[in-house]
Amino acid sequence: MPVSTDVHGAKIWQLRNRNQTLIRWGSYLAAVAIFMWCWQRISEATTWFFVWDAPRIAADIGGRAWPPRWSYMDKLWGPLWDTFNMATLGTVLALFLAVPVAFLAARNTTPSTLFIRPVALFIIVSTRSINSLIWALLLVAIVGPGVFAGLMAIALRSIGFCAKLLYEAIEEIDEKQVEAITATGASRWQVMAYGIVPQILPAFAGISVFRWDINIRESTVLGLVGAGGIGLQLQSSLNTLAWPQVTLILIVILFAVIVGEWVSAKVRGAII
Amino acid sequence: MLELKKLTKTYRTGDKALQDVTLTVPKGQVMALIGPSGAGKSTLIRCINRLVEPTSGSVILDGADITALGAGGLRKMRRRMGMIFQEYALVERLTVMENVLSGRLGYVGFWRSFLRKFPQSDVDEAFRLLDRVGLLEMADKRADELSGGQRQRVGIARALIQDPRLLLVDEPTASLDPKTSRQIMRLICELCAERDLAAVINIHDVALAQMFVERIVGLKAGELAFDGKPTEMTEEVLTNIYGEEDWQATIRNVDDEEAEAALAAS
Repeated sequence: MPVSTDVHGAKIWQLRNRNQTLIRWGSYLAAVAIFMWCWQRISEATTWFFVWDAPRIAADIGGRAWPPRWSYMDKLWGPLWDTFNMATLGTVLALFLAVPVAFLAARNTTPSTLFIRPVALFIIVSTRSINSLIWALLLVAIVGPGVFAGLMAIALRSIGFCAKLLYEAIEEIDEKQVEAITATGASRWQVMAYGIVPQILPAFAGISVFRWDINIRESTVLGLVGAGGIGLQLQSSLNTLAWPQVTLILIVILFAVIVGEWVSAKVRGAII
Repeated sequence: MLELKKLTKTYRTGDKALQDVTLTVPKGQVMALIGPSGAGKSTLIRCINRLVEPTSGSVILDGADITALGAGGLRKMRRRMGMIFQEYALVERLTVMENVLSGRLGYVGFWRSFLRKFPQSDVDEAFRLLDRVGLLEMADKRADELSGGQRQRVGIARALIQDPRLLLVDEPTASLDPKTSRQIMRLICELCAERDLAAVINIHDVALAQMFVERIVGLKAGELAFDGKPTEMTEEVLTNIYGEEDWQATIRNVDDEEAEAALAAS
């Protein structure tokens, strides 16, 4: 009881009583002990020689990687274009698939809470929980290496993400507007087009550019597993220890991501 | 014209919102529905167009039993009942014109409405109604740019473009200032008179109701507690509906009103 009475009969208020305070300090102590124990275990499993050597190796690679091999840029324009295409088309495809899934998953629009909603939620969770790199690995094995596998990987990973944010937006709409449209004698689809869609349009646009921005970043690494784009060049440069090329590719990726971020910020600013 | 027979609504939680409400509204009559919050006013109005499914009893409009209709028949019937809402319930991100035209959705196919290709006669009527409610130059504005009173006028135009036989009005003035409230109530009553429309108006403001309507029905805990002319509203009646309170200031003082009207006219 945080409220107690002292000997003079005055009421005393404390945030916690003695037992709660003891439990708190005990928990802190336990947390510190666990942290120290983990630290020790990691330390035992570490070859400290490599760690002490790390600055020298890093300096060595840095020395070889500089200056970037600018002439290699000629070979990067194609893969860079592929990367943008993968991200953009993958996002568009994902949105096409995510919209119906979102409507089936949203509690206020699903045709059946008992049967269809769980299926939609399962699609969302399963596509979201698998990283696009893993999707790409699978798809490279199935459809063969190349841009198409990357595009599919981006799309599959994005369905769940977009559908989840979209169905949350659908569940948060103002039901009064829907009610008003229903009261005019509108059909189910008309209620959707007039009562629901205008309300979720800003969210939809925001989600689209947000996901596109993320996908630009993700598509730069998909080449590492053979799914096309600039990552392919990165991998081959790493394999041949062509460090100046690696530097150039990293710079290019950085610029691509900055451009993506800039565009999505502009678009979002324009909508909201 | 509108008949409610033993209308009962029990919510799944067991709350009895309406109990055996029997009521007849003749053609062209504007009726106010008063009662404390939770008395079932909102439920009653929504049972008429079945936004809320009544548990038992029937709603009869011009001889047709609304409670017996299937989905298609219900949609056809809803076209003939215009509804006006407390918080206007406009689609905020659509333009005023789109909001008014949405009242025609029951008459227009999906693709025409989706592509906003409404028949010219509907568009003409929309302009006529916007002119009538005084918002002609606002047609292209987005609904969320308007003030409360203006939004409610759009809501009225949306209800009227349905070409309804009956208006269901749910707390039209609860979000408005006193002056705008009167203007909106006056507009609704004028339009009903012009078109010989019946209306059921839920309203909290007893004095405002007395000022404009010809009949007042009181609802208390889901049951009818009063049905009569505005002049028959007495302190006893209000105490019966709402509970003990000093009602002196609430009941319309006829002399004051007439003096005010004379002042406004001069």
